[in-house]
Amino acid sequence: MLDAVTIPERLSHAHPSGDSAVGYLHSIETGAAVDGPGVRFAFFFSGCLWRCLYCHNPDTWKLHGGRPVTLHEAVAQVTPYAAFLRMAGGVTFSGGEPLLQAGFVGALARRLKQHHHLHLALDTQGFLHAALEDAWFDPIDLVLLDIKHADPARHLELTGQPLQPTLDCAHRLARLGMPMWIRHVLVPGWTDDPGDLARLADIVAAVGPMVERVEVLPFHQMGASKWAALGHPYRLADTPTPTQEQVAAARAIFAQRGLVVT
Amino acid sequence: MNAITRPLIASDPWRGFGGAGWQDAIDVRGFIQANHVPYLGDAAFLAGPTPRTTALWDGLKPLLAEERRRGVLDVSTSTPASITAHAPGYIDRDHEIIVGLQTDAPLKRAIMPNGGLRMVEAGLQAYGFTPDKLVTEIWTKYRKSHNQGVFDVYSPEISAARKSAIITGLPDAYGRGRIIGDYRRVALYGTVALRQDKQREFHELDNAVFTDDVLRLREELSEQYRALDELRQMAASYGFDISVPATNAREAVQWTYFAYLAAVKEQNGAAMSIGRISTFLDIYIRRDMTAGTLTEAAAQELIDDLVIKLRLVRFLRTPEYDELFSGDPTWVTECIGGMGEDGRTLVSHTSFRFLQTLYNLGPAPEPNLTVLWSTHLPAGFKAFAAKVSIDTSAIQYESDDRMRPFWGDDYGIACCVSAMRIGKQMQFFGARANLGKALLYAINGGVDEKSGQLVAEGLSPITTELLDYDVVVERLDHMLDWLARTYVKALNCIHYMHDKYAYERIEMALHDRDILRTMACGIAGLAVAADSLSAIRYGRVHVIRDDRGLATDFRIEGDYPAYGNNDDRADDIAVWLVQTFMAKVKAQPYFYRGSVPTQSVLTITSNVVYGKKTGNTPDGRRDGEPFSPGANPMNGRDVKGFVAAGASVAKLPYECALDGISWTASATPGALGHTADERVQNLANCLDGFAGAGGFHVNVNVFNRETLLDAMEHPELYPQLTVRVSGYAVNFVKLTREQQLDVLSRTFHASV
Repeated sequence: MLDAVTIPERLSHAHPSGDSAVGYLHSIETGAAVDGPGVRFAFFFSGCLWRCLYCHNPDTWKLHGGRPVTLHEAVAQVTPYAAFLRMAGGVTFSGGEPLLQAGFVGALARRLKQHHHLHLALDTQGFLHAALEDAWFDPIDLVLLDIKHADPARHLELTGQPLQPTLDCAHRLARLGMPMWIRHVLVPGWTDDPGDLARLADIVAAVGPMVERVEVLPFHQMGASKWAALGHPYRLADTPTPTQEQVAAARAIFAQRGLVVT
Repeated sequence: MNAITRPLIASDPWRGFGGAGWQDAIDVRGFIQANHVPYLGDAAFLAGPTPRTTALWDGLKPLLAEERRRGVLDVSTSTPASITAHAPGYIDRDHEIIVGLQTDAPLKRAIMPNGGLRMVEAGLQAYGFTPDKLVTEIWTKYRKSHNQGVFDVYSPEISAARKSAIITGLPDAYGRGRIIGDYRRVALYGTVALRQDKQREFHELDNAVFTDDVLRLREELSEQYRALDELRQMAASYGFDISVPATNAREAVQWTYFAYLAAVKEQNGAAMSIGRISTFLDIYIRRDMTAGTLTEAAAQELIDDLVIKLRLVRFLRTPEYDELFSGDPTWVTECIGGMGEDGRTLVSHTSFRFLQTLYNLGPAPEPNLTVLWSTHLPAGFKAFAAKVSIDTSAIQYESDDRMRPFWGDDYGIACCVSAMRIGKQMQFFGARANLGKALLYAINGGVDEKSGQLVAEGLSPITTELLDYDVVVERLDHMLDWLARTYVKALNCIHYMHDKYAYERIEMALHDRDILRTMACGIAGLAVAADSLSAIRYGRVHVIRDDRGLATDFRIEGDYPAYGNNDDRADDIAVWLVQTFMAKVKAQPYFYRGSVPTQSVLTITSNVVYGKKTGNTPDGRRDGEPFSPGANPMNGRDVKGFVAAGASVAKLPYECALDGISWTASATPGALGHTADERVQNLANCLDGFAGAGGFHVNVNVFNRETLLDAMEHPELYPQLTVRVSGYAVNFVKLTREQQLDVLSRTFHASV
């Protein structure tokens, strides 16, 4: 594990939600087509408390490594594309872990919903949900919930954090009637064991019909150079990308439980 | 206007066709509007290749492989080209449905010394052929070429500008191209009626004052109807009588192709577009299918066979030419789709059939299939075009919504992005001026940063260590005055001489007599110049001078906004450059033959050569590094993704670049969406978004970087791998290595 990370109790207080609110942004992408339905404007917020071994954006870990933007500025970034995004997709809050800046992200979501009537997706591992009121999720239309591993011990080893809060989040979102896409990165040797996948598929199936889709995302090595640039030891340097057959086999395990898989 | 005499033949060629007017005067658009049937459905009706088609195409593969190995397969060295110079040629006579080749054998290139003897000789020698002594003697002693004419009149400053590459790619040694004959006229009317109409046009001038202009026109009209006679003879040598109109679909395809073939037999025009034939041909195909004489498979076979022919068009060129316009392109551009002025779409079944050739025959760069995109296109066609793009990377998109208000609903695209009303308009092709270098000249007082030679006289250099934006803009203003003046003078020389020594007889025979001519200027290095000015304005740019006192390097302090991120600070500079250079061009006192000045923002592949010939620039680009192609942002500087980059490009004002604005975008398949259906929908939505934002043109490439790397190592495994590069498509394996690396270095949007 890289460094011990402590979780603050209530993050949202740290970030007032008025015009003066400031968020930390790693980057934006105006044409994100694999982060929720359609073509989307993606905010990649900086800051993540997890240290997933396969992280392909370790440069987003440090909250204050990002560029500070005001709420007003963040909305203005989306405005030129609003008409296009209403037709083609929407906006996705990703990171990093966007819930680390839940106050800012929530305020931004409310603004975008109110002013631009956009479809809004939240890409998260759900870990910090407990600190949020139910109402926080009101403007969100879809949660892309990332479940890294079905086995609590392996999950801890892989991410540096426990599994249970993510599962609690899934069930809470189901109770709230929030549509979900479950995402799972297939890392050979780490997350591709058929038994583990079956266990995960059972967990996901048990969440119920609010899970609209499961995305099995093949691990890739495009983040390797970022680990090197940051001087962090990268343990997956020799991990291969999964073959098409391996990906298909993993998807089949979810499909067998009646889940829609892509 | 005299009525066209309707030929007396057994089967009325116009049976079943409706409308009025087009029967009495040449009016192909009128015919199309009265008879075309929009198709609003999807691609389910399409047929695959017949065994005959597959066998014919497969039979060509060994020849194509041999040509790739040698560069040029064969040349007809001793027979200067003309419409009738060569005996009929076939691929496989018994199995061809549509016939006709440029020479007497497939892939055998013709020589066209009227453009320039030097081009012919250098082209022959480069590929191991011996120039013919008699040809050399004729074009040395007895016959002058276009190339000679131009160099007889160039001024010293034009020669200097050409040599220093501040102006490059001028068609002064080869055919200018970019003229689209209305090849459909031959199918609809036959050559006799067209000849009569040309004579009418000629005799209308019998009582005019015989000025230089009128005399030139009368001589040209005589050449035109002579060319129509030769076209008829050429077709007769293949056993067809095209003096009369086509009577069925197969004849319509064949007649149209013969007309096009005559043009490419005689003119080595850089770009030889075929126009907008698919929905015209659809009217004939539909009539035959309704009559029960043609099946879908047979209709597709006609289009497949035509496309095979179009894929074989070749010109003999020099390695220097190939360096500029790499991959042996011919720009057989066919426009597909678009909307009519009456709001009905011009998409027909045959629009689909043309795209289907990319599946039936596999991907290929030619013909240069160009979808005229409108947000109003039928959804089924949008989806099919997007699917073909994703699968083949072989089509480009141009905004019909942007062009229709200027050019109506029967325009074609010459070369890559140049719209013109078919049969009613032509352009004087003018390549492009280098704005990146112009900025360096503004700083160095007209002295070339590479050679140290004074090229642009009358300018004073900037001597400060820190570049001041207002001072640079003021000097650039003077420099652009010089550049526009020198450039337009060069183009006047070129087109005067081209009309005189290498006139496009058959192409112009398929135009009206009185046409609109444009003087098509162009700019390269837009992003380099815009980013440089942005760096000077929003950062601090220090000059590093060499021992000659020339600014040869720059040190940039601070960040600057780069063009391509939908940031007005930088994008407004790019817009200003486009507007300013157009205004400078328009301010020139004379344009040959009453032509209307326009410009393009297009480089084709010359962005690599322009970069090579331009020193360090104030944006941080290094000496020799390629420019971005066309109107693209500089590689890697568009950091906000495809949509933001497209929004920046869409800000460039079309009314100041009526010859077109080219953008090339590449994405990996995975970045377009998770499933095939999502990818199609996402791409179609992006194209709608881009067109809706006022975007003009986009090349869409969808492939993985790894595929390109593998193709560089094992070209023999990728004979048909096609990539779009600024305005046209090429076989990736035919690009020079430098250009392959340039394609690889382009921003691959990891998202769209």
